[in-house]
Amino acid sequence: MSDLALAGLSDSLLFGAVLLYTLAMLGFAGEQASRRSHRVSAAAGERSSARESAAARTRMMAGAGGPALAAPAATPPPPPAQRAPSRAGAIGLALTGIGAVVHVGSVITRGFAAHRVPWGNMYEFSSAVALCAVVIFLVLVAGRRADRALGAFVMVPVVLYLGLAGTVLYTAAGPLVPALDSYWIKIHVFAAVLSSGAFLLSGMVALLYLLRCRHDAQVAAGRTPRFPLSMGSALPAAPALDRVTYGVIAFAFPIWTFAIIAGAIWAEAAWGRYWGWDPKETWSFITWVLYAGYLHARATAGWKGTKAAWIAVAAAGALIVDYYVVNIFVVGFHSYA
Amino acid sequence: MTVTSDREATRLSTAPEPVAPAPARRQSFLAPWRRAWRQLTSMRTALLLLFLLALASVPGSFLPQRGLNPVAVKQYFAEHSTLAPVLDRVYAFDVFAAPWFAAVYLLLFVSLVGCLSSRLRLHAKALTTAPPAVPRVLSRMPSAERWETDAEAGAVLEQVRTVLRRGRWRVVVRSDGGHEDADALSAEKGYLRESGNLLFHISLVVLLVGIAMGGLLGFQGTVLVKEGDGFANTVLAYDDIKPGRRFDPSRLVPFSFELDDFQATYGDDGKALTFLAQIRYAAGPADGQRPYALRVNHPLVVDGAKTYLLGHGYAPKVLVVDREGNELSQTVACLPQGPTFLSTCTIKVPDAAGEQLAFEGVFTPTTVQDPVNGQVASVYPAPENPALTVLGYRGDLGIDDGRAASVYNLEDRTRLTPIGDGRTPQKLSPGQTWDLPGGGSLTFVETTEWATFQVTQDPGKVVALVAGIGMVVGLCLSLSVRRRRVWLRLSPAGADRPPGRTVVEIAGLARTNSEAFAGEFARLVDRVRSTAPPRTPSEEPA
Ligand code: HEM
Repeated sequence: MSDLALAGLSDSLLFGAVLLYTLAMLGFAGEQASRRSHRVSAAAGERSSARESAAARTRMMAGAGGPALAAPAATPPPPPAQRAPSRAGAIGLALTGIGAVVHVGSVITRGFAAHRVPWGNMYEFSSAVALCAVVIFLVLVAGRRADRALGAFVMVPVVLYLGLAGTVLYTAAGPLVPALDSYWIKIHVFAAVLSSGAFLLSGMVALLYLLRCRHDAQVAAGRTPRFPLSMGSALPAAPALDRVTYGVIAFAFPIWTFAIIAGAIWAEAAWGRYWGWDPKETWSFITWVLYAGYLHARATAGWKGTKAAWIAVAAAGALIVDYYVVNIFVVGFHSYA
Repeated sequence: MTVTSDREATRLSTAPEPVAPAPARRQSFLAPWRRAWRQLTSMRTALLLLFLLALASVPGSFLPQRGLNPVAVKQYFAEHSTLAPVLDRVYAFDVFAAPWFAAVYLLLFVSLVGCLSSRLRLHAKALTTAPPAVPRVLSRMPSAERWETDAEAGAVLEQVRTVLRRGRWRVVVRSDGGHEDADALSAEKGYLRESGNLLFHISLVVLLVGIAMGGLLGFQGTVLVKEGDGFANTVLAYDDIKPGRRFDPSRLVPFSFELDDFQATYGDDGKALTFLAQIRYAAGPADGQRPYALRVNHPLVVDGAKTYLLGHGYAPKVLVVDREGNELSQTVACLPQGPTFLSTCTIKVPDAAGEQLAFEGVFTPTTVQDPVNGQVASVYPAPENPALTVLGYRGDLGIDDGRAASVYNLEDRTRLTPIGDGRTPQKLSPGQTWDLPGGGSLTFVETTEWATFQVTQDPGKVVALVAGIGMVVGLCLSLSVRRRRVWLRLSPAGADRPPGRTVVEIAGLARTNSEAFAGEFARLVDRVRSTAPPRTPSEEPA
């Protein structure tokens, strides 16, 4: 196949992936809706489960060295409110899986069309980041570490990202400028793509955690949450969302650190200095410091829970500034795309 | 034992504890200082300083910075003549060298070092002492199980110990202080988490040391070399040099090189594809020359001095013949003005007999000429149709009085008169000659190129790299290893129970990822159950 035909195939596959992800999102949303209607009829159970998760949090704090409150752990927690069995959710998950395979196809054909790694400009970068977010989400669901119901929300930024990539940022397949033509680009950018995908995911889950906490607070206060807080009832319990956020960030942070160091090594080889506070470097640094702040917050009294989640959201925001605002509006060494 | 030992038992981190409010009684004069120090080295302060560091970096990315782009700073001053000086006063154009920026990161590192010293002590203690004693009330632990068995306590304890040892737990068997006649065991695993975390934080300090070494002892210089010319690494040979505050010029590596050939290739759209500088270099005055292909991403490394290809441009070779027929040949470095390499050139001929000569104009690598007004432009960066288009001058260049003069422009035109009408530039292709009105000639002989090189010496680089590796390794350990403890207590059931009945209590505690620990704990409980089969409390022997 000619390069041109390959590039065309890559574009079509990306379009297919966006379509599949969008349908998957609808499937997950359908599952959410059916769960929510189930929940409304079991509002009393809901309230007790919110109290239960509050008790669980107290126990966790005791375990971390806080005052040991007598919270007998021997009694097993009541079974979580019945999950509505939903075919829509299963279909959503399957569509996400197929979408990911098609998406991988798009990335690979793009690489062959351009005769290089498929992450050399902003379009390719955004596509690869979204793919990583989807794959990590699927791995979490497969390992039963995350509820697939999160899919309805996780697919939103993914589809937005890909939509943006396919339209505004689209760049025809072509070779790299000399400064980017190094094996460090493979290492540095791959690490950045992988960790960015994970950070994007964690940012979304952190938002859901905040939503769930608000929802729980209202329920505990005896009020009926209204939209958008009402969506909280279909979400996993707050501690579970917190764990997913932390787990994904704990996975991504060392990779991001490595990406920055690999970038420094590459900059040293290309420009003769390993760090120069170029805007791109500066925002990678800001993102890094904010994630370090998140990890610290989880170990600092008074900063756990919602405050830490806000930091995770802010850090994901810094990441987006790093990619979009800096690349498009600020001129630096890295403005290659 | 007391409640403090239970708190000790549940502490799985060396994180500093929250700073307690000071008691109201009178204290020694050192007390406020001690309190301030505790405050500074607390987790909360570290967190706030991290946020401050992130915040302080932001203006450095949106305002032009002198260290990165001095031209953009000048432009900013021109465009915002009232705002810019105010911003400048607060170091807004030198954010990363600003005292307030330094204050944030230095405070953070003081906090870090203070925090590290106590954490290192605590961790060393944890590594060298046995896992903490069994807490009195095991049922309070996040994971806990309790049952009765008829199995013999000593044998069960021995078996569990073997199982844990095989799983690389650190195990200590003890008779329990709080419970008479109880056999007990504490075990701990995952010390590498804390070790990794400490390695990471220590590496941060080492990184700062590496950066500081580069800033003090390193140096950076740039030099322009034309094809056929050479460069020897001395301070005077550079066009521009930025030495560190403690840089010693005698540490310059005495290498030299000659630029034989520079080549660039371009795509159809005029974007550069490859750059290559073919050089011959000698590592020292006594060494022979060796060829080297210097490319982007492939610097020349000689004893810690690295030479990079930084930029390039055209250097037309010209032959000037003066009124007396003297041939004065020179190669002029022209300065590129854009992506198609239209370049400005200034040719000064101070040695021309009679009056001095000067030429000024542009070099265009792929030349097109407007048929109406005759203006030349370049449409492609490669020399496909090169031309040199110049105006000429005669007179006094004003450079004989020994002042330093730029080679790139005519600074003093007061004593120069135009050759010809002074408005119609002469366009020359390679090989063409312009016979100057009033005698003499200018020949555009051929197109050659120049390249700029950056030479850096940074003795802190290796230190920083080692620190970087330490950071990544430390983080991987710190964020993947789980630190956890389990306790087992086997105590005789009360007098009201059947004789020989033993109460088995097992509990566990993990830091982070409690789900994974829940599975591990469940498997361990199963193992213990198989050696100490449970009996229901009501089950009486027949
Ligand atoms: C220089 C800036 C610093 C950075 C970038 C940084 C980064 C980090 C990171 C990424 C972690 C996560 C590891 C984990 O979750 O286990 C961590 C943990 C930790 N840091 Fe820092 N740190 C810095 C300064 C400090 C300072 C000044 C202190 C002292 C107060 C400190 C104390 C700790 C402690 C105690 C932990 C372990 C938290 C826990 O037990 O989970 N760090 N740090």
